[in-house]
Amino acid sequence: MGTLSVSLDHALRAFRLAVELDVGRETLALVGPSGTGKSSVLRAVAGLLAPGRGRVAVGAETWLDTERGIDLPPERRSVGLVFQDYALFPHLDVRGNVAFGGRDRVGELLERFRISHLAAVRPGSLSGGERQRVALARALAREPEVLLLDEPLSALDTHTRGVVRGELAELLAELHLPSVLVTHDFEDAAALADRVGVLVDGRVLQLGTAAELLAAPADSFVASFTGANLLPGTARPAAGGLTEVVLDSGGSAHSTDGAGGRVGLAVYPWEIALARAEPGDSALNHIRGEVRSLVPLGNRVRVRVGPLTAEITAASAARLALAEGEPVVASFKATATRLVPLS
Amino acid sequence: MRRAFPLLLALSLALALAFLALPLLAIFLRVSPAELVAQLGDERAREALLVSLKTSLVAHALILAVGTPAAYLLATRGFRGRGLVVTLLELPLVLPPAVAGLGLLAAFGRSGLLGEELSALGLEIPFTQIAVVLAICFVASPFYIRAGIAAFESIDPALPAAARTLGAAPARVFARVSLPLALGGLGAGSTLAFARGLGEFGATIMFAGSLPGRTQTAPLAIYDVLDEDLEVALALGALLVVVSIAILVGAKLLTSWARSPSPSITLSAPSGSR
Repeated sequence: MGTLSVSLDHALRAFRLAVELDVGRETLALVGPSGTGKSSVLRAVAGLLAPGRGRVAVGAETWLDTERGIDLPPERRSVGLVFQDYALFPHLDVRGNVAFGGRDRVGELLERFRISHLAAVRPGSLSGGERQRVALARALAREPEVLLLDEPLSALDTHTRGVVRGELAELLAELHLPSVLVTHDFEDAAALADRVGVLVDGRVLQLGTAAELLAAPADSFVASFTGANLLPGTARPAAGGLTEVVLDSGGSAHSTDGAGGRVGLAVYPWEIALARAEPGDSALNHIRGEVRSLVPLGNRVRVRVGPLTAEITAASAARLALAEGEPVVASFKATATRLVPLS
Repeated sequence: MRRAFPLLLALSLALALAFLALPLLAIFLRVSPAELVAQLGDERAREALLVSLKTSLVAHALILAVGTPAAYLLATRGFRGRGLVVTLLELPLVLPPAVAGLGLLAAFGRSGLLGEELSALGLEIPFTQIAVVLAICFVASPFYIRAGIAAFESIDPALPAAARTLGAAPARVFARVSLPLALGGLGAGSTLAFARGLGEFGATIMFAGSLPGRTQTAPLAIYDVLDEDLEVALALGALLVVVSIAILVGAKLLTSWARSPSPSITLSAPSGSR
């Protein structure tokens, strides 16, 4: 068992998929909007898609090398692929599904994924969370050297999703296999993966830990994809070594990042404080606006103010007695902003 | 006037129903069930039924054995000229049966395209039971192949793909995943093809003749005995109507079974099933 190294160059309908990845015993998440070639990467690794040019190797074993004319069929690649809708065989019961990949460890896998009591049930009558566990057990029955997960959480409802995300994170850490996971949700990627690659139009825009992506988004797309507010504007030097950005939405804001010309000012919702009147605190940036919407998220509330989305605690929202249409001031520090090139 | 249109619709339906059901009803009004059984004891009727059964079963086995893999290939692989191939395979559906018989003679007849080769092998096909089987295969197999293509195409492509990634080579994917999932649709197509083969008349009479006890199938016997013994013809006809109804109902059941979202849910209890 060794590192999975992937190098692909493949023409898709609207763009070229050109990707180079090295995945050790870790989980790499490929995130990006739908239709940017994320699933194609998984299919090429599994052998379900033959790329125009490319190389796929695991340790010393080569699965694909278009230059040397090597292209192992899927059944000869030691890979476990969990499909987006799980692709469980509807005509086989849970045991039959898991045993399809390999008969030796069926009992053990059914135990491990807590599906022993469902062994004789067909997929049609399973819940989403149960299906996901069956799909994982089936993919692991072959004792794969590489694990691939295509949107493993997207078929689940919000409640199940949180639970399954935790279980999946534990499993991935325990398996310690080169794993590639595809998702359009940055939060899922951050929770499950050691490293995150942002894939847009067939290219990896940025690759790093979730923390690195949040701290220094490579461009405006990565910034907004990771959940930042993105305010386009024009940057110019200001007093004190700061940069002033004249915002397209009106007004201006200061940043400690240096830049000039057209930029995007990125600030995360949890960096924004709300007040009824302009506070006399150390924050340099204040944007006045009306509350456009309030969305409760458990113990937090997402508040839309003018061009910004702020995330504050439910307790603070109650204390401020926020309501739609009321004027508030949103404040954030110049140090909490990142200036990124507009993509 | 407001009632005129619904009335027109209802009248059309009543007319169609009366016209299509009347001939069938007429057969049964002429033959009582007791008579039907008695007349089927007639030697010619018995022989004809036996020939029909034998040739239909052999032809059907051939259709399933060759048609299933052919339909699978057409449903799962795209290739240049696929549309043309499918059209050629469907052509017998719309071809006049007499033309089908003519074509079979021109291909396999003594002076036909393959006549010399077949003679060299000591094979003479026209006016034998082999000819009956070939005629049935020719007119009936497109029904099965068409339904087969549709059945295999309706399988979620992720399922065979998943089977491949689980270590199954293409032949095992076919046997363990695609075939079981297509079974409902294949069954429906199979019953329709069997019915078409059982009723075959035109191509058979041209290519195989109507030799009692050898190539005379039930439909040919009906035509043959009509002048001499109307009772026997009616009894045979009634029997074919009954068989046709059974086949039609069977095909409808199989089709609805194949279309249900999870065709094979068993009612096994979720607990205590270890």
